[in-house]
Amino acid sequence: MVDASVNAMAGPRGSKPQRRFSSRNLMLYGTLIVVSLYYILPLWVMVMTSLKGMPEVRLGNIFGPPLEVTFQPWVKAWSEACTGLNCDGLSRGFWNSVQITVPSVILSIIVASVNGYALINWRFKGSEVFFTILIFGSFIPYQVMLYPMVVMLREMGIYGTLTGLVIVHTIFGMPILTLLFRNYFASIPEELFKAARVDGAGFWGIYFNIMLPMSLPIFVVALILQITGIWNDFLFGVVFISKADNYPMTVQLNNIVNSVQGVKEYNVNMAATMLTGLVPLIIYFISGKLFVRGIAAGAVKG
Amino acid sequence: MATSSRGARVFRNLNAKIAAIPMIFTAVVVFAGFSVWTVVYSFTNSKLLPKANFVGLDQYERLWSNSRWLISIQNLMIYGALALVFTIVIGFVLAVLMDQKIRFEDTFRTIMLYPFALSFIVTGLAWQWILNPQLGIQNVIREMGWTSFTFDPLNNPDLVLYGLLIAGLWQGTGFVMCIMLAGLRGIDEDIWKATRVDGIGTWKTYIVVIIPMMRPVFITTLVLVAAGIIKLYDLVIAQTSGGPGNASQVPAMYVYSYMFQAQNLAQGFAASTMMLLTVLIVLIPWAYLEFGGKKNG
Amino acid sequence: MTHSIQVKDLTLNFGAVSVLKTLNLDVAEGEFIVLLGPSGCGKSTLLNCLAGLLDITDGQIFIKGKNVTWAEPSDRGIGMVFQSYALYPQMTVRGNLSFGLKNAKLPKEEIDKRVARASEILQIEPLLDRKPGALSGGQRQRVAIGRALVRDVDVFLFDEPLSNLDAKLRSELRVEIKRLHSRLKNTMVYVTHDQIEALTLADRIAVMRGGIIQQLDAPQTIYNRPSNLFVAGFIGSPSMNFLHGATVDGGRAFLFGDTRIDLAGYDGGAVLERSKAILGLRPEHLHIQMEPEAGHTIPALVEIDEPMGADSLVWLKAGETQMSVRVPVERRLAPGTHVHLKVDISKASIFDTASEQRV
Repeated sequence: MVDASVNAMAGPRGSKPQRRFSSRNLMLYGTLIVVSLYYILPLWVMVMTSLKGMPEVRLGNIFGPPLEVTFQPWVKAWSEACTGLNCDGLSRGFWNSVQITVPSVILSIIVASVNGYALINWRFKGSEVFFTILIFGSFIPYQVMLYPMVVMLREMGIYGTLTGLVIVHTIFGMPILTLLFRNYFASIPEELFKAARVDGAGFWGIYFNIMLPMSLPIFVVALILQITGIWNDFLFGVVFISKADNYPMTVQLNNIVNSVQGVKEYNVNMAATMLTGLVPLIIYFISGKLFVRGIAAGAVKG
Repeated sequence: MATSSRGARVFRNLNAKIAAIPMIFTAVVVFAGFSVWTVVYSFTNSKLLPKANFVGLDQYERLWSNSRWLISIQNLMIYGALALVFTIVIGFVLAVLMDQKIRFEDTFRTIMLYPFALSFIVTGLAWQWILNPQLGIQNVIREMGWTSFTFDPLNNPDLVLYGLLIAGLWQGTGFVMCIMLAGLRGIDEDIWKATRVDGIGTWKTYIVVIIPMMRPVFITTLVLVAAGIIKLYDLVIAQTSGGPGNASQVPAMYVYSYMFQAQNLAQGFAASTMMLLTVLIVLIPWAYLEFGGKKNG
Repeated sequence: MTHSIQVKDLTLNFGAVSVLKTLNLDVAEGEFIVLLGPSGCGKSTLLNCLAGLLDITDGQIFIKGKNVTWAEPSDRGIGMVFQSYALYPQMTVRGNLSFGLKNAKLPKEEIDKRVARASEILQIEPLLDRKPGALSGGQRQRVAIGRALVRDVDVFLFDEPLSNLDAKLRSELRVEIKRLHSRLKNTMVYVTHDQIEALTLADRIAVMRGGIIQQLDAPQTIYNRPSNLFVAGFIGSPSMNFLHGATVDGGRAFLFGDTRIDLAGYDGGAVLERSKAILGLRPEHLHIQMEPEAGHTIPALVEIDEPMGADSLVWLKAGETQMSVRVPVERRLAPGTHVHLKVDISKASIFDTASEQRV
């Protein structure tokens, strides 16, 4: 230290020391961890409850792990839980949801991607006007359009059927998906499109040969967005499916858990809730950053 | 020549026009046409089937003298205001925390965002169970010794909205955090360098420089969150079914029950028209700010 | 003379905005035409109209005598090269070259033959099975040229093909394009904002501004006898010095402040007497000397000199007018030196201030 005051070259030198455990860092990570607990808590409670037997659930420690792990609630929720007179469990709703989701996702993505492509590369008189109506329409509460939609589907003879619901999902998914594809296609250099036209490719030729192969990421984003969105739908399922046997999983889940008859089996309810949440959760954890990209793309206007 | 060239153009873009038919149909028939239809029929006395028997503002007078509707609107306003403020404040604060070049950012984000992947039905049922008075949080804390501890919002008409709010925030704040984080990341790095050179503290920079720069992000978030709140339906159905009593009714439930259960169509139309009006009140100023300003600037 | 491209009264409006204004252009067979102008002048728009990528509002376009005004881009007998190369990223180089031929439903042997020939000319045979992502900028642009080449057409359209390349590659490819033109003898229409490219490549340059062709002439004519003030200022770097003054003595002299400049030997029309005129002098057509010469020099004050390697630029003030003069690099002049600029009037231009036209 004595040397340091003599030697003018002394003093700080080299890389600046990092204080890993500064009070700022403690506060930062402390807050983030506490917040994370709030977000994790419900998932933890659901899983734990679903793995306990009813006697243990009645003991009341919802946060504690099961003393004795049982998968009985899951089995029961999947294949035995009752809604009304049906007692074949959530599996029925699961398969209904699959039958609703798969065609809805495919049809809505096809329609919206072609829309987005036409809007960017083949603008025609009025195309932007229709698009603007479409985007503003996405803010209209569904309740305003529900009844005329019922009337239309009834006139077409498909009210209450799967086909009807698929059309409803395609229509109401159109604004956000069209926006998504339109913005993505807009980022593809226009010269590529011009080059393809000089090369003699037409509307569909350019779509299939040039645009589609370049747009796989955005198709995956749309896929994630639509699978979770349609799987999670409740309102359209209630309104546009007329037979309780055909209800999607969310509707059936609500009917099971909120039914007033019988003794409440909380463990079975939580297993059922987990089962319903499983498809979007799996999609979410697999897709990771693409999911984030999807919702960000959906959120940012064009 | 001008006319014949125009004639040729109709066919020139024919494929694009055919491909756009679903979009045109959705925009014109569904979004514009159906909305107008509903508004028009809200002035009739349609019961079981829509009939063009106009009765002026009768349905609206009935609507606004119905206590269930008044409660619904009041609930929506209270819930909406709280949810809007809390979602945006919490979302922004979390985004700022996440923006401190922290370790495990991906892990934290995964944890905060996963509820957004879940449906409102799942969210509502999960929180219904956690807030269960006999076996949920209240019970856990009582067993820890505070025997007089009371936290039972779902069965208390005065608190039920807060019970919904806890679940709603759990589901949606991660999403807002992500948008805000994207907004923060979109800010030019040089701004931060400039404030460091100028010696402006981190927190002051956020308040004085960053927040004003993120105005468009805030407005977009505001509109998205507000539009979501007005549609609020599934969460209430799952978590409280509108109870206790009518204490957590919302407009969307009112519409559904009059349109599809009570077979009083016109009353449902009137209520949904009021919902549309609410959205327009939010949307028009935003559209004006967003698109009206551009023409001048 | 046979015309390869004829543009008659071409007009293009975007809504209320008029982008191209009753434009006429005739391109001879085998000619290399460069469309030159600042951004927003309509040069790329004109090229897109020729290609059929934009629908025109009025007028007609003929290519090889055929009216193609309403024809699809692929039916016009053109090949096009883009600034961003616009190669299809998911296809190999071979796929890129053959895509248009497949769309035209050509037999496979014919496609192979043409791809082989084009890749031989451009020396891209080793790259045929690579994807564009694996190529350098120069290689990509060669493939882009190849895509036009395989179409076996008489007209090539280039839309700023070199502006995405760095300076060294740009000059290499510029030479290559010139070589290609002399070998193939195709008609070429080339859009650029780079005057070096224009001056080196073109048989004729069309200088554009505001949707109008300002001057269409051989490069040397454009450089030495610009038809108006805009062309004069746009071509040449640093740009032409403009002295504002008047012509006197029935057009025999130019009066700049108190300085009188003799106009005997001016290469142009009758100068006449004009109360307001502009004398345009290129930096290399002025000579710095220390002694005045009545009627031939302008007094000026040296502000700064910029040695540029091969030569040196001297910036001066003549009255209030900023001027630049090109001198040999050895000639260093200290700021503040009073000098006299000798005018070479045979290479000067005089413009009418009101009409901005050269006289």
